[in-house]
Amino acid sequence: MDYLYFLYLELLHKWNLPDYIAMVTFPIIPFCFVAAALIVVVIFLVLAERKILAFFTQRKGPNRVGPWGLFQTIADAIKLLCKENITPEGTDKFLFTLAPLLAFIPVLVVWGIIPFCNEFDIISFSINSLLFVVIAAIPILGILLAGYASNNKYSLIGSVRSVAQAISYELPLIFVLLSIVVLASSMNLKQIVLAQSSIYPFCGYFVFPAFLGFVVFFACGIAELNRCPFDLPEAESELVSGYNTEYSGMKFAFFFLAEYAMMFIMCAFIATLFLGGFLSPLGFYVGEKLIPNEFLANLSVYFEQAFWVFVKTFFLIFCMIWVRATLPRLKSHQLTAFAWKVLLPLSLLNLLIVCLIKAVL
Amino acid sequence: MQTNNKLKINIGPQHPSTHGVLRFVLELDGEIIKSCEPVIGYLHRGMEKMAESRTYLQYLPTVDRVDYLGGFFNSYAFCNAVENLAQIEVSKRSRYIRVLTLEMNRLSSHLLWLGSYLLDMGATSPLFYTLRDREVLLSLFEELTGQRLMYNYYTFGGVRHDVWADWLKKVADFVEIMPRKIQDYEDIITNNPIFATRTKDIGILSKHKALQYSITGPNLRASGIDLDSRKDANNLIYDELDFETKIAHSGDSFDRYMVRIEEMRECLKIISQCVNWLMGNEGDVISPVKQPTLKVPEGEFISNVEAPRGICSCYVKSDGSGKPYRVKWRTGSYYAVQLLPKLLEGTFYPDMMAIFGSLDVIAPEVDR
Repeated sequence: MDYLYFLYLELLHKWNLPDYIAMVTFPIIPFCFVAAALIVVVIFLVLAERKILAFFTQRKGPNRVGPWGLFQTIADAIKLLCKENITPEGTDKFLFTLAPLLAFIPVLVVWGIIPFCNEFDIISFSINSLLFVVIAAIPILGILLAGYASNNKYSLIGSVRSVAQAISYELPLIFVLLSIVVLASSMNLKQIVLAQSSIYPFCGYFVFPAFLGFVVFFACGIAELNRCPFDLPEAESELVSGYNTEYSGMKFAFFFLAEYAMMFIMCAFIATLFLGGFLSPLGFYVGEKLIPNEFLANLSVYFEQAFWVFVKTFFLIFCMIWVRATLPRLKSHQLTAFAWKVLLPLSLLNLLIVCLIKAVL
Repeated sequence: MQTNNKLKINIGPQHPSTHGVLRFVLELDGEIIKSCEPVIGYLHRGMEKMAESRTYLQYLPTVDRVDYLGGFFNSYAFCNAVENLAQIEVSKRSRYIRVLTLEMNRLSSHLLWLGSYLLDMGATSPLFYTLRDREVLLSLFEELTGQRLMYNYYTFGGVRHDVWADWLKKVADFVEIMPRKIQDYEDIITNNPIFATRTKDIGILSKHKALQYSITGPNLRASGIDLDSRKDANNLIYDELDFETKIAHSGDSFDRYMVRIEEMRECLKIISQCVNWLMGNEGDVISPVKQPTLKVPEGEFISNVEAPRGICSCYVKSDGSGKPYRVKWRTGSYYAVQLLPKLLEGTFYPDMMAIFGSLDVIAPEVDR
C-alpha cells in the first residue's frame, strides 16, 4: 500500500496539489475500485452459479441474453431496479429499510480486508483477520431485523433459524482461525499469506498442516453463507423464501448482492488462509521473468497475484456450488448438533495437531 | 398472531411445496408441530357430478384429469367398470397394451414424485435427472396417444388404436437404459447420509394405523402389509406376468421411498415382458361397440386398479340410459391427506416435508 501511496503522491505533486489532498482522497480510490469490482464479480458469480448448476443438472442454463447468456444477470439487475418497492402493511418501515443495508454494507467493508496482492490490502493492521470474523457476523443482524420487521411468520422463523445457525458456527470458525494464527504467528492476513511461502511451490500452504481445519472452515463458511445444505433460513419448501419473503425490488437486490458478494469474500478468505492467497502456485511470477522494465514488472506481478487469488477463490466457489448441487438440506436441530458435536471437537483437534506440528518444526 | 405461545402458520394454497393447491394450517410451538389441519377443495372440479349429465363416451376424456399424473389408471378404472356393466369383451392384446401403458404411467408418476420429494428436502439436482427420464416416457406417450398427460387412449372394449413395432422398439430401448438411471438415483440419494437421517424413523406409519386410515398402495406396503391389487386384478393380465410386490417393514419415510424405488424396477420388468409379448403376437385391440350411443344395462360395479398413489376405485351405477346415474371415485391421496395430521403431530417443522412428500399426495386427486 505504501508503494502505491507513494506513486499517488508523486502524481499529485506533478499537478502541484498539496499533500493533505492525497491523504484524504487516497483511501477513497481503492474503495471505489472495490465497490465496482464487487458488483462485477457478483454479476458474473450469479451467472457462473447458474451455469455450473445447469451443467450439473444437464441443462443449458441462461443462454438468451447476450453470448452464452453473459448479460442475463445484468438484465435481471435492471429488472429488479425497475420493480416497485413493496412495503407490506404492518411492517416496521425504518427497520424494514435498514435490514438490507445492514446486510450489504459490512460486505463492502470486509472486501477491503482481503489482500489481493502484495501492495493491495486496504484495511491493513495487525489483527485484521479477527476484524473479518467480526464484521462478517453483522449481516446476520440484518437478517434478524428483516425477519422481525417483515411482519411475516415465514420470515420470522427463517431469521431466528439464521441466528441459531450463526451462533453455532462462529465458534468452530474462530478456533480454526486460531490454528492458522498459530501457524503464521501473526493475525495480519498479509503476514499469514507471506508465512505460507516456501522454496518449493505450494508446499508451504496451511491447507497441509491444517487440513482438518480447512474442511471445518469450509463447512462453517457454507453455514455462515446460509447455502445448501445449511440453507435453512431460506428453505423454500418450508418457509417460501425465508427472511426475504416480503422483500422486492432494490431491497431484495441488496440481500441478493450481499449473499453473493459474501460468498465470494468467504471463499477468498479461505483461499487466503489455507491456499496461499496471492502467492503463485507455480513458485514464480511470469511477469517478473519476462518484463525487463522494473516498474512494469512489479505492476504485472500485482496483477498476477490478484489473478491467483481469483483462481483459488473460484475453485472454492465451484466446490460450494458442487456441494449445493449434490446434497439435500439438513434439519435445524441436526444442524446445531452437527456444529456442536462434530465441528467444534474437530476444530479443537485441529488446533491440537497444528500446535504439535508447530512445536516439532 | 399468537395464542398460548403457539404460532399459527398457513402453508398454502399457494406455497412452493404443496404439490398443487393444498392448504395446511399448522400450529407450531417453536419448531415443533402441535397440530395440523389440512384444508382441501381448492381443486374441486365436480368430477362426479359432471358424469351425470354426460354420456359415457363424453365423460371418458375428463376421467384422465382425476389424477393428472396417472391418467391411464383413472381411464382404466372407468372403462373397466363400464365394460363389466355392459358385458363388453376386451381382447388379450388390448389388455397387454393396457398393462404396458399403465406400468409406463406408474413409472413416470414415481419419477416425478422422486424428483419433487428431493426438491422438498432441498436437493435440486435429482428433479432434473428424473424429469429428463420422465421426458422420454412422455414423448413415447405423445407419440402413441397424441397427448403427454391426458391421454384418452383407452376406450370401452379396448384401446383406440394398436401399438406399432417402431414404438415398441423405442420402449424396449428405454427399458434397457433405465435400470442404470435408477441405480444412479440410488447412488446419489439412498446412500446420502443427510437423506438417511432426515427420513429414517421419521413419520412412522404403523400397520394398525395404516389399516385404520384405509391407506393403500406403496404407503401401505412400506408399513409391511402385502396388498397389491394387481395380483388379483382378473381383468388385466398381471397373472401372466412375472413380477414381485415389494414391501418394507418399518413404515417410515425412508421405507416409503425404498418401496417406490423398488417398484420402479418392477415396472421395468413388467414393461419389458409386455413389449416382448406384443412384438410376438397379433390381434384385435378393440371390440366392435357403438361407442357414442352406448347404452349400459341397469346395475352397479366397482372396479379397482393399483394406481401409483394407492388403489383407485371407480364406482359406476347405471339406470339403463346412455348416461351414468352415479359415478364415485376413491383415490389414494385423499386417505393419505386424512392421515397427515396424525403423522405430523409432535414432529419438527422441517420434517413436515419429509413426511408429506413421502406420502406422494397430489391435490387434484384429493379434490377431484
